[in-house]
Amino acid sequence: MSARFAPGDRVTVLARDMATHCRTPYYLRGKRGVVARVLGAYANPEELAYHRLGIPFQPLYQVAFDYAEVWGKREPNTVITADIFQHWLEAAN
Amino acid sequence: MTRGVHDLGGLPAGPVDLNEHDRTFFDQRVDAMMRLLAHPEQGYYTVDAMRRAIEALPREDYFGLTYYERWVRAMRALVIEKGLISESELQRKLAAIAAGGDR
Amino acid sequence: MAHDHPHPHHHHDRDPHAPVNESHGVRADSAALERALRELLIEKGVFTAEDIRRQIEITESRTPELGAKVIAHAWVDPAYKAWLLKDAKAAIQQFLGIDLNLTPELVVVENTPRLHHMICCTLCSCYPRAVLGIPPAWYKSPEYRSRTVIEPRTVLAEFGTRIADDVEIRVVDSTADMRYIVLPLRPRGTEGMSESELAAIVTRDSMIGVAVLDDVRR
Repeated sequence: MSARFAPGDRVTVLARDMATHCRTPYYLRGKRGVVARVLGAYANPEELAYHRLGIPFQPLYQVAFDYAEVWGKREPNTVITADIFQHWLEAAN
Repeated sequence: MTRGVHDLGGLPAGPVDLNEHDRTFFDQRVDAMMRLLAHPEQGYYTVDAMRRAIEALPREDYFGLTYYERWVRAMRALVIEKGLISESELQRKLAAIAAGGDR
Repeated sequence: MAHDHPHPHHHHDRDPHAPVNESHGVRADSAALERALRELLIEKGVFTAEDIRRQIEITESRTPELGAKVIAHAWVDPAYKAWLLKDAKAAIQQFLGIDLNLTPELVVVENTPRLHHMICCTLCSCYPRAVLGIPPAWYKSPEYRSRTVIEPRTVLAEFGTRIADDVEIRVVDSTADMRYIVLPLRPRGTEGMSESELAAIVTRDSMIGVAVLDDVRR
């Protein structure tokens, strides 16, 4: 599966609900960030957790989020990054 | 939206306890067994399955047990799930231990 | 290597990092479960007692001292540093001569005078164990995992670390396959120090990003 996004792309984390194992933290759902690094592609942990193969590998991105975007209040010079799988991201405006 | 018991980012919490707890032999053995069972080539399940099993613990266990106590409970669920041991075998063994079975 | 904040129960006549006892703080049912699982899995040939012993030995052999050597080497060798920042796993594997083949991916993030990184894992306890060894208890604590992403400067203050307001703090949440190590800013006063002298001043906490290294007075 080829990488849809490149460093500098603005992306939004899907505001999906997920009751089973996933690695997209609750605090980042629906938040907008910028792709900082393209990390490669890896087996889907949501599948691996249930003894399934998790293929095809999914592209993984380090996404940088501004503090105010995540928490709704200002905190200058503070950025949070998280490593998010492609299927949890969509292009932001 | 569902928030797993483990999904802690941003939740209110107290000061960080900086005390370095010495690791125990229990910790070391549990850690070692987990690495053997979840070995990428020779293992029986993945680290992801371990995480999933830990995340499935009831809230009072997730916060009430030590880090490696959570691991040993997850390990129990997974080795039974993978058919490495059966629940009844485990119960028999626990009973034998409780009855003072020797090492 | 340099020690971080003092250990409250440090005994000078033994290795402070060796286990102190069998199962302090562990419930009787947990201890019984561990023993039951271990005995059953050995009986069934899933692994042997020797496998466990060997695994413990490998795990114990990975310590912050290894990371400190990498950091010191990167400080003195710009080409190595460039490699480390581009392909940490290959650079670390080659330099330390340890097998990282089946371990998670590694990324080294560089602190600068304008940028300070702080590593965490809000979802569990992902940590560069293959290089730095077992993470400290506080790294795995609910308090560190909850608060680092929302009040990093306050958490840093609890470690006695203050980062200037005009320096960007980048909190790195290790949510997937990558494990992160901080390349700390080389402190002032270390010009002319040998690589092994430099390695001796790099602390575990500086490689996690909860501490900065003090300038050296010679």
